[in-house]
Amino acid sequence: MAIPYYPGCTLSTRGRGYDASGRAVAKALGLELQELQDWNCCGATFPLSMDNLLAMAGPARVLAGARAQGERVATLCAICYNVLKRTNHFLQGDAEKRERINHFIEAQYAGDLRVQHFLEVLRDELGFQALRQRVEEAREATGRSLEGLKVAPYYGCLLLRPQKELQLDDAEDPHILEDLLQALGCQPVDFSHRVECCGSYLLVTSAELAADMSFGVLQSAARSAADLLVTACPLCQYNLDYRQAEMARQHPGFQPLPVLYFTQLMGLALGLDATDWGWELHHVDPRPVLTEHGYGQVFGVRRSEFGGGPQRTPNSEP
Amino acid sequence: MARIRLSGERIRGELVRKIEELSGQNLLACNQCGKCSAGCPAAAVMDLLPNQVIRYAQFGLEEVLAANSIWVCAACQTCYARCPHGVDLPRVMEALRVIALEQQGDRLRPQELDPQKVAELPQLAVVGGFRKFTMMGG
Repeated sequence: MAIPYYPGCTLSTRGRGYDASGRAVAKALGLELQELQDWNCCGATFPLSMDNLLAMAGPARVLAGARAQGERVATLCAICYNVLKRTNHFLQGDAEKRERINHFIEAQYAGDLRVQHFLEVLRDELGFQALRQRVEEAREATGRSLEGLKVAPYYGCLLLRPQKELQLDDAEDPHILEDLLQALGCQPVDFSHRVECCGSYLLVTSAELAADMSFGVLQSAARSAADLLVTACPLCQYNLDYRQAEMARQHPGFQPLPVLYFTQLMGLALGLDATDWGWELHHVDPRPVLTEHGYGQVFGVRRSEFGGGPQRTPNSEP
Repeated sequence: MARIRLSGERIRGELVRKIEELSGQNLLACNQCGKCSAGCPAAAVMDLLPNQVIRYAQFGLEEVLAANSIWVCAACQTCYARCPHGVDLPRVMEALRVIALEQQGDRLRPQELDPQKVAELPQLAVVGGFRKFTMMGG
């Protein structure tokens, strides 16, 4: 089954490991992500001011283009998902403003496209039971598994909120990532900051505040003895990952925590070739915690090719 | 410490009208329960807490436009998820940013960004930053 796919800007650059692993995983599961033709940037934020129709022109053009190519569009980036789905919701609910935007972007979009996150496709169309089956098959074929790996499922903000418009999962008590991790054979850990903000774009104007917010998330995951953390957002990945060397200097006893895209972990569980999944863009090397599960050699990059962040020592606690 | 003066003219004034129009919110729907402030991940560094931002807005107090709170809000939507009255505080914050940007000018200037940093940052941080902290965005 081919699924129309909107990658968004960051998945071609900083987040290319997310894009590459997402496409590989989808293909292995018979759900090919087919990139939309002629797409543009979604704008990276949903405009919250009632009169700002111009900021919706970009995402509306993406939706109109996707509708001309099919009945739905899936994203990997949680922010693109949020912007496209909220814009779609707005266009569906306000015919007069929809026509004004249509006029501006020279389209006739009626608001009848389905916007999905890839996680929804996995849950609702493939099903986590079927995924578990595929993981079992990979385990038999490769002799490797993620059994016992403690993973912090980090949702952040925009994948879930506002719940009324996104309807992916419960905004305060979600479980889609936990269910996915269980299907992969991992052990999801509960932690207090799984739906807290990482600092988002404050990184650009208030870097210290963003770092503090990310530190809170990492601390919380560490208290739950997580071996690594997974995310569905390229901005969360960056915020949580890139300053860990500095955090380790500032906070004695800080244990670096690898931050992976959920698709990268899925790919490992499915026994796929992970060589080209953007590992050089990760600061914290995940190999120490994955080596004991037999995945230490599958990355295809040398230590020096990782972003130079701190190295975690394997968790010795039970 | 400056005294805060309330008046009927201010409460029915232009600032309140503008905030309500831009945000699409009825400010008086807030009864100051404080759940927004309790859950806000940036509250620790705000000079006005999120519920105080609304309180100032309800009274039409211009001082709210000088608060750092509107610039350290990341629109994470936690307050809105927890508000028992369904007040969309992220939209109120956005309205205040839009008004403050009009009065005070852009908070982020491309020429002041370190090119090396920009090359390293995920695009959506840069695009999002310009959307939130300059007049072009919102």
